[in-house]
Amino acid sequence: MNKVMTLLLLISFNATAAPEIQHWQTSKGIDVYFVESHQLPMVDLQLVFDAGSVRDPSDKRGLSQITNSLLSQSADGLNADQISFEFERLGAQFGTSGGYDSAGISLRSLSDAALLDPALINLRRVISFPDFPVEILERERNQILVGIQRKLQSPRSISSEKFYEAIYQGHPYAYPNEGTVESLAGITTDDLKKFHAEYYTSNNVMISIVGDLDRARAENLAETITKDLNNGKLPSVFPQVSSLAKDQIIKVFHPSTQVHILIGQPGMKYGDADYFPLYVGNHVLGGGGLVSRLFEEIREKRGLSYGASSYFSPRRELGPFLSSISTREDQADEALNVLRDTISEYIQNGPSDDELEAAKKNITGGFPLRINSNGKISGYVSVIGFYGLPLDYLDKFNEKINAVTIDEINDAFKRRIDVNKFVTVLVGPVEDDK
Amino acid sequence: MVKFILAIIFFLFSSIASAQVHEFILKNGLKLLVKEDHRAPIVVSQIWYKVGSSYETDGTTGVSHVLEHMMFQGTKKHGEGEFSRIIAENGGSENAFTGSDYTAYFQTLEKSRLPISFELEADRMRNITLPQEAFDKEIEVVKEERRLRTDDNPNSYLREVANATAFQTSPYRQPIIGWMADLESMSVADLRSWYKKWYAPNNATLVVVGDIEPNDVFKLARKYFGRLKGEVALPPSQRPEVEQQGIKRVVVQRPAEIARLTMAYKTPVLKSALQDNPSAEKWEPYALEMLSGILSGGSSARFASRLVRGEEVATGVNSSYNLSGRLDGLFVISATPAQGKSIDELEQAIRMQIDELKKSKVAEEELERVKAQVVSSDIYEKDSAFYQGMVLGTFETVGLGWRYAEEYVEQISAITAEQVQEVTKKYLNDNVATIAVLEPMSMDRDSAGQGVALPGANTNE
Repeated sequence: MNKVMTLLLLISFNATAAPEIQHWQTSKGIDVYFVESHQLPMVDLQLVFDAGSVRDPSDKRGLSQITNSLLSQSADGLNADQISFEFERLGAQFGTSGGYDSAGISLRSLSDAALLDPALINLRRVISFPDFPVEILERERNQILVGIQRKLQSPRSISSEKFYEAIYQGHPYAYPNEGTVESLAGITTDDLKKFHAEYYTSNNVMISIVGDLDRARAENLAETITKDLNNGKLPSVFPQVSSLAKDQIIKVFHPSTQVHILIGQPGMKYGDADYFPLYVGNHVLGGGGLVSRLFEEIREKRGLSYGASSYFSPRRELGPFLSSISTREDQADEALNVLRDTISEYIQNGPSDDELEAAKKNITGGFPLRINSNGKISGYVSVIGFYGLPLDYLDKFNEKINAVTIDEINDAFKRRIDVNKFVTVLVGPVEDDK
Repeated sequence: MVKFILAIIFFLFSSIASAQVHEFILKNGLKLLVKEDHRAPIVVSQIWYKVGSSYETDGTTGVSHVLEHMMFQGTKKHGEGEFSRIIAENGGSENAFTGSDYTAYFQTLEKSRLPISFELEADRMRNITLPQEAFDKEIEVVKEERRLRTDDNPNSYLREVANATAFQTSPYRQPIIGWMADLESMSVADLRSWYKKWYAPNNATLVVVGDIEPNDVFKLARKYFGRLKGEVALPPSQRPEVEQQGIKRVVVQRPAEIARLTMAYKTPVLKSALQDNPSAEKWEPYALEMLSGILSGGSSARFASRLVRGEEVATGVNSSYNLSGRLDGLFVISATPAQGKSIDELEQAIRMQIDELKKSKVAEEELERVKAQVVSSDIYEKDSAFYQGMVLGTFETVGLGWRYAEEYVEQISAITAEQVQEVTKKYLNDNVATIAVLEPMSMDRDSAGQGVALPGANTNE
């Protein structure tokens, strides 16, 4: 009986440990990150190219996103119906995602070779031989234009667009991913072909694989899908984000009942030296879900807004630090004051011992929840691989959280967040600036 | 070839030892469902109450959802906000959600901390204090939530109007968040009686999924929930929908940029097909799910292939149908026109697709494709312990019983092309249709400020 108990304890100890990430390079030198997991007969695959909208030429904003979403619309002579039917008849789920830093391709499939192998051939076709015919570009462009117009009916979308424009001042992060009405007009099929040839290359991609494969099959998979990718030249380093010169308030009229308020500034990067103090510190300020300073002051004490939170969203260069709320017109000033005061007070005085303790307990105690599915693990592995974080990132996570001190938080927030240089955006029934 | 593929998928499906669901019933009537998932050392605990917006009556719509908010505002034993603080300190994630047919509360925790969740949920099942001051603040939060989600979102607003138009007497006409006027007049007394009536062990189902042993969970449940007293069980008010006597059309004019079309058809659900709708066959709800898959289940489905690509009449078209409702529901098609296309052209294009489905059977290939997607999705969904709990909780709470969740894949897989054709002919007809259109009005200050042709634009001020 005792032996059985010991065995059970060992098993559950192993289960709590972070998943082991295996790493190797394909024959073409592509980095592969692999987590073996046999509990379900499925595989999650992600290819992440350094082909996000930061790679858009300055007169062709939106090119990266259009290229990414048109990959599966026509490839190697097959049309969109044929390509999507091939994935769907196999029960496979294919997706593309265009971001600022990267452009991703994902595939979720059952692991049986009779299903996975044809899905991989289809995937290879899509990433290697997209056709980009002109009539498909036109259709896609029209759809994106409708999407751009639709954003104008959402006060939240308007506020975030104004916010990014203001905090990034001309940096590629300042522009909407999908481009603008003007920039889209100038994009041609030649641009798409050129962008694909330049950025969808074997030395500009990483692969993450999570699921029901052994090492040999995983290696084989990585070779198969990248067989037809060409070697290219490495993209240039992209520009740093500069800090804000002054405090700025932007007001935009919108015929809504609420005023949407967004406040923030450039925040931090992946792999940032201040990552852990800023992460834990923000957890106390506005990152703790239903328990945080902002939630308490804005919602629990005053009932001013349904949502009240703050977060750092790291990117390769400084991602945004921001906080947003929405409230009815007649209390917008009060809400903005409470928001600004709460953030300023926190940066001035930092968290209490008890708050820091509670935040650490929440983050570290919740660690098993971060890695309890293949889907979540796949997300972590892709970030670790793409941003070059250490392979033991997950193993060391709790240790790093526990090591954070109040002094480190105070120091990091004071150095990194300037309370006198916020961008504040208000969208709703307010007077326009102009 | 496709048949061969499907055979492999079925083989994989049957080869994963699907964890058995363990059912227990406490003496006070609380039902406990436990499903083991030992992939990670965590546990998901969800408590489902049989109450939601479809249980409400005019004048107090939204009361279930406001009560959900007030469940976080303290009990005799644990003061305001303490629930969330304790869960947070234990590394848990938590929240709650209200639907037409249920109100549910959940925590996900490292597995050894399940007793903490049980202690707190048992406490707030019978002992919340509902302080006036907390209510005065929280009702404002809910009004902001309504402004955010519905009033300032033209597509949500259209959905609300379409729903309230399609249903004349069914309580499904009521928005889950409630009408603003009802939120304005709501009182603590409304909440108190609602709480007393529905929050009792014999009106709840506790669903636990994770790295746990069913008998241990049962003992824990008995320890924490066992001493709670039941209430006299009252069935929810049953006012059926009157038979619709012809097509309904409604136009919503709001400040917006992009038009939108919603076509909603009255349909049975599995529960009514099984229990009290003599004109509906048991297989029909499954055939309707299949129909929705044929139309919009993926990029090779008919809407994406024919309307978004082929005809280029839409930028997006979706269908949705949910067989697990408590009362008869809707098969809904929602669409956005492509640039230069009118709402009329879009409606005609969708109607042509429906007519074609009535005239000719779908290809075997299409049917097999949807089946492959359904079966593989069922395997993918096992990657989420939370989702597994959601399915059990929903089926149980609407009165179907969780066992029907277990046979979903098998039933869908048996659907034939003839049956898809038959439900299309039987249900996608004008006499049970509601067609709602969002007609965008100018967004700029001058026209919006003057309120020219903007009925309902500022209903809340």
